[in-house]
Amino acid sequence: MKVKIKVWRQKDQESKGGFKIYDSPELNPNMSFLEMLDVVNEYLTDQGEEPIAFDHDCREGICGTCSLVIDGKPHGPHQGVATCQTYMRSFQDGDVITVEPFRAEPFPVIKDLVVNRKPFDKIMQAGGFVTVRTGSAPDANAIPISKEVADTAMDAAACIGCGACVAACKNASAMLFVAAKASQLNSLPQGQAEKDDRVINMVAAMDEAGFGNCTNQYECSAVCPKLITHDFISQLNRDFVAATVRKSFKSKPSTAKV
Amino acid sequence: MNIVTALLKTSIGKKVIMALTGVVLVGFIFGHLVGNLQIFSDPEKINAYAHFLQSLGPALWAIRLFLLVCVGLHIWMAILLWYENKKARPRDYAANHTIQASYASRTMKYSGLIVLAFLLYHIAHFTVKSTNPEFHEMTWTLADGTVVLDVHLMMVVGFSSLPVSLFYILSVGLLSLHLSHGFQSMFQSIGLRTETWGRGLKVVAIVLSLAYFAGNAAIPLSVLTGKVCRPASVEAAAESVSTSLNTHSE
Amino acid sequence: MKLDAKIPSGPLAEKWDKYIAESKLVNPTNKRKYQVVVVGSGLAGGSAAATLAELGYKVKCLTFHDSPRRAHSIAAQGGINAAKNYQNDGDSVYRLFYDTVKGGDFRSREANVYRLAQVSANIIDQCAAQGVPFAREYGGGLANRSFGGAQVSRTFYARGQTGQQLLLGAYSALSRQIGLGTVEMLNHTEMLDLVVVDGHAKGIITRNLITGTIERHAADAVVLATGGYGNVFNLSTYARNSNATAVWRAYKRGACFANPCYTQIHPTCIPVSGDYQSKLTLMSESLRNDGRIWVPKKVGDKRAPGDIPEEERDYYLERKYPSFGNLAPRDISSRAAKQVCDEGRGVGETGLGVYLDFSDAINRLGESVIRERYGNLFDIYKEITDENAYEVPMRIYPAVHYTMGGLWVDYSLMSNLPGLFVLGEANFSDHGANRLGASALMQGLADGYFVLPNTINNYLADQLGNCPSTDHSAFDEVEKDVQDITSRLLNNKGKRSVGSFHKELGNIMWTYCGMGRTKEGLEKALELIPQLREEYWKDVNVPGEEGELNQSLEKAGRVADFMELGELMCRDALTREESCGGHFREEHQTAEGEALRNDAEFASVFAWEHQGDGNEPVLNKELLEYEDIKMATRNYK
Repeated sequence: MKVKIKVWRQKDQESKGGFKIYDSPELNPNMSFLEMLDVVNEYLTDQGEEPIAFDHDCREGICGTCSLVIDGKPHGPHQGVATCQTYMRSFQDGDVITVEPFRAEPFPVIKDLVVNRKPFDKIMQAGGFVTVRTGSAPDANAIPISKEVADTAMDAAACIGCGACVAACKNASAMLFVAAKASQLNSLPQGQAEKDDRVINMVAAMDEAGFGNCTNQYECSAVCPKLITHDFISQLNRDFVAATVRKSFKSKPSTAKV
Repeated sequence: MNIVTALLKTSIGKKVIMALTGVVLVGFIFGHLVGNLQIFSDPEKINAYAHFLQSLGPALWAIRLFLLVCVGLHIWMAILLWYENKKARPRDYAANHTIQASYASRTMKYSGLIVLAFLLYHIAHFTVKSTNPEFHEMTWTLADGTVVLDVHLMMVVGFSSLPVSLFYILSVGLLSLHLSHGFQSMFQSIGLRTETWGRGLKVVAIVLSLAYFAGNAAIPLSVLTGKVCRPASVEAAAESVSTSLNTHSE
Repeated sequence: MKLDAKIPSGPLAEKWDKYIAESKLVNPTNKRKYQVVVVGSGLAGGSAAATLAELGYKVKCLTFHDSPRRAHSIAAQGGINAAKNYQNDGDSVYRLFYDTVKGGDFRSREANVYRLAQVSANIIDQCAAQGVPFAREYGGGLANRSFGGAQVSRTFYARGQTGQQLLLGAYSALSRQIGLGTVEMLNHTEMLDLVVVDGHAKGIITRNLITGTIERHAADAVVLATGGYGNVFNLSTYARNSNATAVWRAYKRGACFANPCYTQIHPTCIPVSGDYQSKLTLMSESLRNDGRIWVPKKVGDKRAPGDIPEEERDYYLERKYPSFGNLAPRDISSRAAKQVCDEGRGVGETGLGVYLDFSDAINRLGESVIRERYGNLFDIYKEITDENAYEVPMRIYPAVHYTMGGLWVDYSLMSNLPGLFVLGEANFSDHGANRLGASALMQGLADGYFVLPNTINNYLADQLGNCPSTDHSAFDEVEKDVQDITSRLLNNKGKRSVGSFHKELGNIMWTYCGMGRTKEGLEKALELIPQLREEYWKDVNVPGEEGELNQSLEKAGRVADFMELGELMCRDALTREESCGGHFREEHQTAEGEALRNDAEFASVFAWEHQGDGNEPVLNKELLEYEDIKMATRNYK
C-alpha cells in the first residue's frame, strides 16, 4: 500500500511552520504508524531532505513519549492505544493522512511534530508525590488497603503522561492528567496527610502553566491511550472544593497581642 | 487562599461558580415555567399569582438582585473561561475531529449568547414593558376586588405576534440545549458525578430539557393557534384599552 | 590492572552492615558543598538522585528524554522480587540470593547479590509508602505471584505495568526534590563524554538536544545509570532511543567494561515481520503458564497449525525438560527455540517462530478464564499481528531483552575510575550470565535507594573541595573531542543513512553473537564489524544541523558507539571459551545440548580496559570466589 501524508513541518519554536505533503514509499500494512514515518524519513534522507522530527521511544504504548494528532485525533483512529500501537492496516491504500503536533499553548512545538510537555513535570513537582524519606517507610503490609481502593488507585496510576488529553481538549485543559495523578495518591491511605495541599498546589501549577479549563465534554478520556476515566476529574473537583473549604475554616493561631 | 480567591482565581473555582449559579438559574427557570403554565387555567389564577409576586416588595427586589448576581457571575465566569481557553488553544487542527462531545456541549457559548439576548428582550417585553408600553394599561379585577395587572392578557397579546413567538420558541429551544449539557456539567464540576450514575444523569438532563422546552413552547403555540385566548367580554375590554391607547397617541 | 572489588570481610550476611558501619561519613553541613551528577532518570538514576538530594547533596540529574518519567524501566511488565516471605512459603533472603546466583549461572559476585536480596524487602516498603499501587488481596495485604520459574511466590506487581509504577514512584520522589530546588533536572540533555581529572571522574560533557549546545558539568562524583546496550542488535525489546553512549565513552576514558557478551534473549516475543521493523514486542513470560510451545515434527511443514495433527507436533520443551516443561528459564527456552528453527522446523512466513498454543488451556478452562488471565496480552498480539490467538496459536520468537554486562564496579558500585559510580543495568554486578525474571527492577531500585546513598559518602568524604572548575583544561580537551565527532558526522555527507548501518550491525550481531555463538562466527564478526565501521565513517549521511533538534545526529553518535561496543562484545564472547547463562558457545555444550560451564578457567569477571582507538583492549580478570555456596550445574530437567 501507499499513502500520502500531510505533515506539519516547523524548523524550531520560533518559526512559523506549515503543512507539506509527501508520498510514502511502498508500505506493508503490518507496519506501525511510526515505522511508516521511519520509512518515509529514510526516503527523505536519501532525497536530501531533512527527516520529519517526531517523538517516540518505547514503541509499546507505555512510555508516553509518542504523540501526534492523526486525522484530527490524538494517537490515531483507535481507542485505548498510543500512536506507536497504531498500524497501517487501519488506513486504506491511497489515503491522505493529516499528521499534526499536539496543539496547546503550554506545549510549544519544538520542531515538526515534537512538542515540549515540560508543564506536566512542573505539575508533578508541585504535589504529585507522597513525602517519605528513603528508608523510613513502615512495613509494606502495615497499612492494609482494600483491593477496591488499590484497584482505583491503579486505574488512575495507569496514566502514561503523554498529553493526548490536552491535545484532544478544545480548551487544552490538563484536567484528566492532573486528576489521574492526584486521584492515585488521594485514594490511598499513604496520600491522605498531604491530600489538601496536593490538590491545591497541583491545580495552581496547572493554572499557572496556562492550560485551559475543563468543559466536561470528555474528549480527553475518549482519546486516552490508557482509557483513564473522567470520573477522576469529578473526584479532583470534589477534593479541590473540600480542600478549599477545609483550609478556609482551619483554626489559626490568635494574632491578638496580649 | 480563602474561599473567594480560590473560587474566582482557579480554573476549578470558576467552574464551581458556573455550576452553583447554574443550579440557581435552573431552579429559577423551572419555577418561572411552572408559574407561566398557569396561563392554561383561568386568567384569575395567573394574574393573582403575578400580583402575589409583585406584592412581595423588597423581597422581590432581593430575589431579583440575587438572580441578577447569579446571571452576572455566570456570564462573567463564562467570559473569563472563554478568554483563558482561547489563550490555551490558539490554533485549531487542520483536520478537526470530534469523538464524543455532544452538540450541546460544543455550542454552549453560542446558545448562551442567544439566550442572553433573549433574556434582555424578555425583560424589556414583560417586566419593564418598554417594548410594549400598552401592557401597563392592562388591568384585571381580582375576585376580592383588587385591581391588578392583567398578565394573562399581556401574554396573549404578546404572543399573538408571530415573530415574537418564533424568537421565544427558538430561544427556549437553545436554553433547553444549554441546559441539556449544563445540567450534567454542574454535577461534574462540583464533583458529584460518576460514570455509575452519570448515564442516569444524562437521561434526567435530556428529559428535563425536553420538558422545559415543551412547557415553554406550549405557551406561544397555544396562543398562536388560539387554544389560549380571552373570553369575549375580556377581549372587548382589551380592545377598548388598545383603542384608547391608539386614540391617545393620535 | 588489578581489580579490587573491596568486599568487606566477615560472614556473608554481615558484610553490608559492616560496610556501612565502617564507611566514612560526610558531615551533614558539608553535604551541600558536594555536587553529584546523575546521568539517567530511570529506576536507578531517579531513585539515586532523589535520595542523594534528600540526604543533602547538591544533585544534577539529566535525561535525554523530555521528562524523567520516560526511561525504559517503564516497560517492565512482570514484577519485582523481594524476600518478604509474605506468603509463608519458605522464602528468605538466603533463598532469593541463592536463586539469583544460580539463575545467573554462578557468574555474579556473591556479596553483591546477597546485599541485593537483603535490601529487596526495604524496596517494597519504600514503594508502598510512596503510593505505588501494588496488587492487593481482598484482606488488604500485598499480593504475590510466582514468576520466571521461581518455586516461591515472591514477586510483587502492579497489573501489567510494574515497571511504570515503580518508575513513577521514583519519579515522584525526584519531582519532590526538584520542586524543593535540591535537584537540578536537565531534560533533553544527553551525556556525550566523561571528564577525568587526575584519575578521578570529575565531570561530563553534554549536548542539549533542543538547542544543540554543548555544555560542561563539573562534579565531585559522577553517577551513571544509563541502562543497557541491547540496541547494539538494532532489533530488541529496548526503547528505540536506549543507547550505550554514556557507558561507552566512560569506557574510553578508562572505566573497565565487564562481561559485555552476557546478553539476555527473552523467549516470548512477537516474531519479526519485515525489514522495516523497528522494535520487538515482548509478550509477558506469564503466558508460558498456560500456553504450550511446539513446532511441527517435519522439516518445512508449511501447513496451517490447525491442520497439523497432534502426533505430528513436537512439544520440544516438554520433551526435553519434563519437570520444568514450558517454564524452563529464559536462556534455555530461547536456545531451544533457536535450535528447532535452525533445523528448519520454524513456523510463520520467515520460519523464525514457534507456536505458543492455548487451545488445551482453552478446552480445559474455557475461553473466559484465559481471557481474564491474558486478555490484554491477546489484545496486544492481535493489534500487532492481526491474528486472533484464541483461534490460532500465537507465534513467538526470542529477542534481545537485557544486558547483564556493563561497566565494572566494586562493592560500593564505584568503577575502577574513582568518582565514577555505575548503577542498575549499566553495571555488571548482580545478574551474572543470566538475569531472572522480576530481578531487574529490584536491582535498579536497590542500587539507587539503598546502596549508592550508603557508599558514595565513603568516596566523597575525602574529596571536599576537589570539584574542578569547568574552565579546567581537561574540560577543554574532552569538549573538543565531542565537537570533533559531531562535526565529523555532520560534514561526512555520505550516501547511506544511519539506520541502514544500524540494521547491518544488528544483523551481524544477531547472527554471530546472538543465541548461539561459535569461534568461527565470532571471528567472522570481528572481521565484519571493523569493515562496517570504516564504511560508516566514510559513507554515512547525517542530515540537519548541529544547533537544533537533530534526531539523525543523536542516532548517528549512538550507532557509532554501538559499532565499537559490538566488536568488544564479540571479542569477549570469543575469549570466554565456555557456555554460561545467556552466553552459549556451541563448542561448549553437553551431549544433550546444554550449556557447559568451565569453572576452573572462567569463574571470573572479564573486565576490558580500553587502550586507545585501534589498539586491542587489555583483559583484566576478577576472580569470583564463592564463600557460601557451591557452584553447581543448573538442572531444570
